[in-house]
Amino acid sequence: LSREDFQRIPELAINPLGDRIINAFFSEGEDQVNFRGFMRTLAHFRPIEDNEKSKDQNGPEPLNSRSNKLHFAFRLYDLDKDDKISRDELLQVLRMMVGVNISDEQLGSIADRTIQEADQDGDSAISFAEFVKVLEKVDVEQKMSIRFLH
Amino acid sequence: SQGIIERDETTMEKEIAGLHRVDFEFSDIFYFCRKGFEAIVEDEVTQRFSSEELVSWNLLTRTNVNFHYVSLRLTVVWVVGVVVRYCFLLPLRFTLAAIGITSMIVGTTVVGQLPNSSVKSYLSELVHLTCSRILVRALSGTIHYHNKENKPRKGGICVANHTSPIDAIILTNDGCYAMVGQVHGGLMGVIQRATVKACPHVWFERSEVKDRHLVTKRLREHVADKSKLPILIFPEGTCINNTSVMMFKKGSFEIGGTIYPVAIKYDPQFGDAFWNSSKYNIVSYLLRIMTSWAIVCNVWYMPPMVRKEGEDAVQFANRVRSAIAQQGGLTELPWDGGLKRAKVKDTFREEQQKNYSKMLVRNGSIG
Repeated sequence: LSREDFQRIPELAINPLGDRIINAFFSEGEDQVNFRGFMRTLAHFRPIEDNEKSKDQNGPEPLNSRSNKLHFAFRLYDLDKDDKISRDELLQVLRMMVGVNISDEQLGSIADRTIQEADQDGDSAISFAEFVKVLEKVDVEQKMSIRFLH
Repeated sequence: SQGIIERDETTMEKEIAGLHRVDFEFSDIFYFCRKGFEAIVEDEVTQRFSSEELVSWNLLTRTNVNFHYVSLRLTVVWVVGVVVRYCFLLPLRFTLAAIGITSMIVGTTVVGQLPNSSVKSYLSELVHLTCSRILVRALSGTIHYHNKENKPRKGGICVANHTSPIDAIILTNDGCYAMVGQVHGGLMGVIQRATVKACPHVWFERSEVKDRHLVTKRLREHVADKSKLPILIFPEGTCINNTSVMMFKKGSFEIGGTIYPVAIKYDPQFGDAFWNSSKYNIVSYLLRIMTSWAIVCNVWYMPPMVRKEGEDAVQFANRVRSAIAQQGGLTELPWDGGLKRAKVKDTFREEQQKNYSKMLVRNGSIG
């Protein structure tokens, strides 16, 4: 699949974060994703089952664990993949979500306030750990899961 | 129709604005993210541009997408079916179609030589009806017409949902219409040129189609003449797979006059009538149609509608569309059929962005 294939889905094309989502499927420098890659990305959205938690504690963490779901969301914000969400990156994502409806100053103050609240080590950027802390009360499993009907 | 995933129908408002808050939060992204992935797994639109999936197999290979090898007996039955369809039905139908098309061309040319008079109209109707009936037989069409008292009258506009080029023949089987369409080359062009001599069809040159005002003007002139046959228009603009009705183009509804809506629903068990023009050209499409079991469909004529006071063309179009969808048991989609080939307009995305911004500003104490 190429990026154009995804963009032909109208409901995805009108999603303000459509491009970021499509990007998540493609690895660095690649323009095509095969079925395996497609499945790996979609696997993040499997609902978390209770009986999986006790299985296989020693193996690699499944893709749909809470931590991996959060990591996926973190990567949507982290545009340059440096494991930090800087003020600029946050601004860019915000700009994608609001379009032209909010001024630069307002958007800037929203970004500043958000970073200030979440930033704990004072580096004016959000690391993954800080990201997790902010969202600890959010029901990530429910919001980032898609259930298939039988 | 059953979906394959459980869709979360929480609106943007409820999910984002309902919970907190000051203004923006990192979790806002989850809403858009999930919506995006739901769309990737299964979306409403792209599935309308390919044939409907059947619940149980009808012994045609083309609908065999989801069914696997079951038993030897079934395979034998299927082979018999293939033999019957290709060696027996196909030649028969092909011959009939050839007879039908030839008589249409010859008949309309002959009638076209006559001077305009009531005799000419009568003969032209006769020729059109007869040839239409032959062609429908050529496709093994079984059509049930409902509510014939609502059949479109002269000076009106007949509006129907579009599934395939056959729609026109199915309707002309029961009455005479003035067709509207682009001028084609080849055999189609020959038919068009012949029929227009006998009956006032409205064929446009490709260059003229782009000029909407010219189109509207010609149609308006046609409708104003009450002695002229009702115009047949398919406002979706493209073939949809008969499970839903997509956006109606408002051009047809701006002309004025009385609209006679017609709903056409094919029975997919006997044959798939949908023309997937990006996958099949017209010849292979006709071949598929002629090697199906039959074309079985229901046609409902509906009571005439006129534009109400204060209703604009778009609202009127939507009202007619709802009526057709309800009658035919089809779902309504607000999307444009043109999305089959073109990209979606940016205005929809901008609308989503606007909604989200409103939430930020409303809840927030922004500087």
